[in-house]
Amino acid sequence: MTFSPETEVRFAKFLAKYPADRKRSAVIPMLIYGQDEVGAVTEELIEEIAKRTGVTPLQVTEVVGFYSMLHRKPQGTYHVQVCTNISCLLVGGQELYDQACHKLGIGHKEVTKDGRISLEEVECMGACSWAPAVQVNYDFYHDVTPAQLDKLLDGLAAGKKPEEIAEVHKVSC
Amino acid sequence: MLYNQPNPLEVKVLSRRFTLPNSQSIETYLANDGYKALEKALDMTQQQIIDEVKASGLRGRGGAGFPTGMKWGFVPRQSPKPKYIMVNADESEPGTCKDRLLIEYDPHQLIEGVMIAALAVGSEQGYVYIRGEYRYLIDVMDRAIEEAYAKGVLGDNVMGRGKKFHLATHSGAGAYECGEESALLESFEGKRGNPRIRPPFPAVAGCYQSPTILNNVETFCAVPAIILSGAAYFSGLGSPKNGGTRLFCLSGHINKPGVYELPMGFNLMRMINEVGGGMRGGKKLKAVIPGGSSCPVLKANECDIAMDFDSVAAAKSMLGSGGVVVMDEDTCMVNAALRIMKFYAHESCGWCIPCREGTNWLKKLLTRFHEGMGTRSDIILIGDLSKNMLGRTFCPLGDAAAMPTIAFVEKFQDEFEAHLDGKPCPYENTSRPVTA
Repeated sequence: MTFSPETEVRFAKFLAKYPADRKRSAVIPMLIYGQDEVGAVTEELIEEIAKRTGVTPLQVTEVVGFYSMLHRKPQGTYHVQVCTNISCLLVGGQELYDQACHKLGIGHKEVTKDGRISLEEVECMGACSWAPAVQVNYDFYHDVTPAQLDKLLDGLAAGKKPEEIAEVHKVSC
Repeated sequence: MLYNQPNPLEVKVLSRRFTLPNSQSIETYLANDGYKALEKALDMTQQQIIDEVKASGLRGRGGAGFPTGMKWGFVPRQSPKPKYIMVNADESEPGTCKDRLLIEYDPHQLIEGVMIAALAVGSEQGYVYIRGEYRYLIDVMDRAIEEAYAKGVLGDNVMGRGKKFHLATHSGAGAYECGEESALLESFEGKRGNPRIRPPFPAVAGCYQSPTILNNVETFCAVPAIILSGAAYFSGLGSPKNGGTRLFCLSGHINKPGVYELPMGFNLMRMINEVGGGMRGGKKLKAVIPGGSSCPVLKANECDIAMDFDSVAAAKSMLGSGGVVVMDEDTCMVNAALRIMKFYAHESCGWCIPCREGTNWLKKLLTRFHEGMGTRSDIILIGDLSKNMLGRTFCPLGDAAAMPTIAFVEKFQDEFEAHLDGKPCPYENTSRPVTA
């Protein structure tokens, strides 16, 4: 299995980070960046990572189920994550999540029919002081209002990229 | 631009460079005392560095508040094994969002702190374990590390002084449990993040079973100021035995939530009213979680306390990770307890039975309660279950789930009783604005 040139460079760097007899340390970083490229953790990806890190495919498989960001099925192009943990809960995070479910017609860890948007109710993402917070893929959105979430979801559903949606801005660089 | 406005009451030590233009860059860092502490530390002996950190009163900012200098002193420096420095940037305690800022605005401060720790124990390799959700910070950190290599700060000849130190980032993939030090190490080694039995502690057998200094981001970030300005300066900023400042993360029902750097020992009520701008909508304060979701809740009348490790412990809670969650009079405490328990049930790694089973049963009981189907004996059962989890697990996650639950039930028994006999949640229909 081969990856894009960027990912190949990244993987080579990962494998060089750790002591020569400790390549297993690269398993989780390779899984998450590999998943970003492939779209899900596939059997092929597992076998390739096992081969490159010198562990068995089973040793790779057993970690996949442990980590919440690793998934065996493809997510939407835009994975919308709404936090409902305590700080977000207090200022409307639960309502935002319910709104997203209703609007998209999907629930936790489900994908819209066109494969464009997936939804997940997530645990604390580290934006408590700027709650309620939403992440789309790896981008953070702080102090999200119901109106902004509506615009974001409408825009994504209409085929726009998040950065093309006016009035809704990611905060992270 | 900062995510929230600063406050005049802040004492900016770790965050003093946050508002400088290009604060991430090594040029800005070097022009503002950057790597001067490292230069100074290169002229100190290992023992002198450890003694200085001990004298500063710095205590671990991840939550446990263990004296940092003492932790470093446990590393067997004569061991023939390589020594590792591990940065815990797996910030995931609900209510906590400070490490994000420390990396985002001043990544070189972290690198410098790590390098001073490396000098203190003779380490040549460090890693920054960053939670997977903070992908953009992995990029920020990678860029800073590249700059430090290019300037000869990191590498085989640190600052031209002949010492070697290498640093790299490492991505997590979503697991609260990996913020616990031994689980973090397992995860770092490419395994499921199950905790290890301790002792041996990481100082003796940590990363790859070698001696390891493992601290929170904020802890490492405090080190350059200690070395540069001295232990007396740093300890003088805080309260007795609680050196320095702390990045408090204020969230919940206040007018100005945000991350603010305040002296250790700052009064909690002043924090809410003068820093946080008071309660939103003029509502009354009901309760505060003082240090992230695993800390027992304080009732409004228990909040006139100094925010340092010892004072909050005296109030039978914990300063924890600095996540101050403020709840107003309209907040349902049963719902708050339930949401927190859902989190722990989700995050329990399943390794220890009291935690795996306990968190799930507590989640079921609290759900039943919140739906109005609880019984009076359930109140006792919730307390009993929680108490049976305490101290019976490899890692503190079981305790972290049990302690707040016990406090919610004991302190707000009236609210639990108000949910009995099929009565609807008294707070369900309280109108509140969805956002500030």
